[in-house]
Amino acid sequence: MADRYIEPDTPELRARWGNFAWTPENAEKAKEVVARYPEGRQRSAVMPLLDLAQRQVGAELNTQGWLPIPVMEYIAAYLDMPIIRVVEVATFYTMYNIAPIGRFHVQVCGTTPCMLRGSDDLLATCKSRGMKKGHISEDGLWSFTEVECMGNCASAPMVQINDDNYEDLTSDRLNAVLDALARGETPKAGTQDPARHTVEPVGEPTNLAAMITENHDYRSEW
Amino acid sequence: MPKVKVDGVEIDVPTGATVLQACELAGKEIPRFCYHERLSIAGNCRMCLVEVKPGPPKPQASCALPAAEGQEIRTDSEMVKKAREGVMEFLLINHPLDCPICDQGGECDLQDQSVAYGRGASRYDENKRAVTEKYMGPLIKTTMTRCIHCTRCVRFSEEIAGVDEIGALYRGENMQITTYLEHAAKHEMSANVIDLCPVGALTSRPYAFEARPWELKKTLGIDVSDATGANIRIDARGREVLRVLPRNNDDVNEEWISDKARYMVDGLTKRRLDKPFLRRDGKLVAVNWNEAFAAIATLNPGNSIAAVAGDMVDCETMFAAKKLVGALGSKLVEGRQTGMDYATDNLAAVNFNTTFSGIETADAILIAGSNVRWEAPLLNVRLRKAVKRGAKVFLVGPEWETTFGGEFLGEDLSVLGNLPQNVADALSNAKRPAVILGGAALGRGGLEAGLALAAQFNLVRDLEDGTKWNGFNVLHMAAARMGGLMLGYAQKGGIADLIAAKPKVLLALGADEVDFTKFADSMIVYIGHHGDKGAHAADVILPASAYTEKAGTYVNTEGRVQWADKAVFAPGDAREDWTILRALADAFGVSVGFDSFDQLRNAMIKEVPALGSEGLADYGSVLPNGGGSAAGQIAYPIKDFYMTNPIARASAVMQRCSAEILHGEDLAEAAE
Repeated sequence: MADRYIEPDTPELRARWGNFAWTPENAEKAKEVVARYPEGRQRSAVMPLLDLAQRQVGAELNTQGWLPIPVMEYIAAYLDMPIIRVVEVATFYTMYNIAPIGRFHVQVCGTTPCMLRGSDDLLATCKSRGMKKGHISEDGLWSFTEVECMGNCASAPMVQINDDNYEDLTSDRLNAVLDALARGETPKAGTQDPARHTVEPVGEPTNLAAMITENHDYRSEW
Repeated sequence: MPKVKVDGVEIDVPTGATVLQACELAGKEIPRFCYHERLSIAGNCRMCLVEVKPGPPKPQASCALPAAEGQEIRTDSEMVKKAREGVMEFLLINHPLDCPICDQGGECDLQDQSVAYGRGASRYDENKRAVTEKYMGPLIKTTMTRCIHCTRCVRFSEEIAGVDEIGALYRGENMQITTYLEHAAKHEMSANVIDLCPVGALTSRPYAFEARPWELKKTLGIDVSDATGANIRIDARGREVLRVLPRNNDDVNEEWISDKARYMVDGLTKRRLDKPFLRRDGKLVAVNWNEAFAAIATLNPGNSIAAVAGDMVDCETMFAAKKLVGALGSKLVEGRQTGMDYATDNLAAVNFNTTFSGIETADAILIAGSNVRWEAPLLNVRLRKAVKRGAKVFLVGPEWETTFGGEFLGEDLSVLGNLPQNVADALSNAKRPAVILGGAALGRGGLEAGLALAAQFNLVRDLEDGTKWNGFNVLHMAAARMGGLMLGYAQKGGIADLIAAKPKVLLALGADEVDFTKFADSMIVYIGHHGDKGAHAADVILPASAYTEKAGTYVNTEGRVQWADKAVFAPGDAREDWTILRALADAFGVSVGFDSFDQLRNAMIKEVPALGSEGLADYGSVLPNGGGSAAGQIAYPIKDFYMTNPIARASAVMQRCSAEILHGEDLAEAAE
């Protein structure tokens, strides 16, 4: 994350994005978002609108989307707020991409529970497929980030790719997911363990076993 | 009034005070970086930790904690000592140890407080964070590695200046303070962030590596770059003024000054008149004082002499010149160089009566013919405060970028006689209505129309709390204006009276804005400090002192009498103005009645007693009747904020500001 920097403001960038404007559908959505906030407080809508703009850019480029400087300026003008305040928000939250990004943004969790359950293998897998921190793969498909806890520790290790989480991964399962994405398929989100439905315990329950089928009063056994 | 105990001593604190303020009231020093009296509370540096009971058993940030009844505050416990040492150690983790090459050294909050509250050594042996320099314009030099993220500069630009241009990008350890895309800070007050910065992250670019604070002689002065009379401290080493800093004065400038007041001082060493000059065969030739006076003695003006005062001269100079002209039998003295001829028999009608601190409390303000941001940046800050408190502001004149909103009503003076209904309603329903007339609205019947509004909306009134309210204001642009008017530097017809009199000799006291072509038949004796427009037209040049080089009395646009001291000596053969005028009296063979500065000042005070006491001069609250109709397109006199006076025009820093900030020139350094 230390390597996050705003894409420089170049004439090429201006030429490409200088005439950014909402698509008709997004214009409707933007209006609706702004209407959620009281009159005169329209700048509260900056976060949903940045997300909307990022998605629109993504749809245009067929990637996860990112926020070029002219797009941030468009949002600032749309909400009538100082541009520096928009940039502050966009640079603070890591879910806003402030530099170009690939079709799939692979975010591998490397925090302790995932690490204990084998996230190092996932990192190695990603590396072997040519993914590198802060770079887009040559085919434009993959961007890669190692992130901190995403809150899926019960089904660690996990990877977030664009809007979906893929959990209970092994090197093979991750390869399967990535291959499917590369083929243009939409693999099932969530746990990739065929024996698991969601984040229920793996195998036989070991705790409060007597409560599985019926209510049981443990108090007399304490 | 909650009662709290600070280190065992019980004190009453005002309602709404914070624990930090309570500790200060009790005389305890609380170290702080992010907290500043005039900015909102951020509470992010954690340096002000104290122990408070009742409360959680841990130190609390006193700046953001309201003082409550029965609190027991400790600032001297072991917990507080350890907390401060801990915070200081964290702050210093990423702060470079470059004090020897840092311009803030010697006046650095971090340096002082680490000596006083730090633990003396760091246990951190990782690499320090490094941050790239940010470009913030020609005035602010940045070394962002030194930044401790107090966000004072961000809060200043948002809250005081009203221009959101500085922000904090990224997060956590990677947070960086910058302007948007590293554009120059485009505000007339931008350099105040340098004073606010508690470390050496934002330092002064023109003053970079010039001097250490302990080498400087500090002199109390008054700024002359506009008519607000900001209180300044002049820091000089040897004969050179190296920098100007604001002094606290809540009535005038709070603790800010404009960029022009701060940075035009490098112009004091450039284009200086340091020798007398005589015009011989159309060319100015350097001579010595004796030759100059010998030449003047041959002029024999009799009573055909007049004096024009420039915008930056002090009252003593004007008084001495008036005495000289009077001794020769003339009464022709004038200060309004550009030809204004408003009536001055009642000075309350041309004064900023509400006062700067008073205008903050106004609830409806009509501004006519003034680009306040350029004519009085410090007043602009007050207007912004008033708007934040709920005041409605209406403006007459061409549109400029206000920092407080406001509604522009039109560009013609005739609007004053025909206010839209909503404006009239706002002014008549207001408890504290105010009208501000700028220089561009004084002529062509504007002043009379303004006075008519004063009567119509009852601007002079007694408030419910028993105090007097005078909402009629004239905002001048020249530091010498109110003093000049008090000394009688105003003819009925303005400078036209002087032109009509065709004086044999015209004394120009630092007057650079006069149209000298109209005085083609007069011998022009220029007594001033810069080789600017006045010197170009002069027949005799007598080198005098700039505002830092003489003691003097100044009266600001509120009618506030203030005294300045002499910081340095004038360069070369230049002398203090009054001594030149005294010597001129000898050359002309008349007596002016003073031989020393004290005698001069006493004579002046005897004639105008109000100049004898610091503070607001009393012009009474009775306004003359206005009336008549005003008409004419308003054009603001200031075309370039950074180039309004000869010192600023000579200043390389101001020239660069003008080129880069106002005219958008890309300078080589900007691209670095």
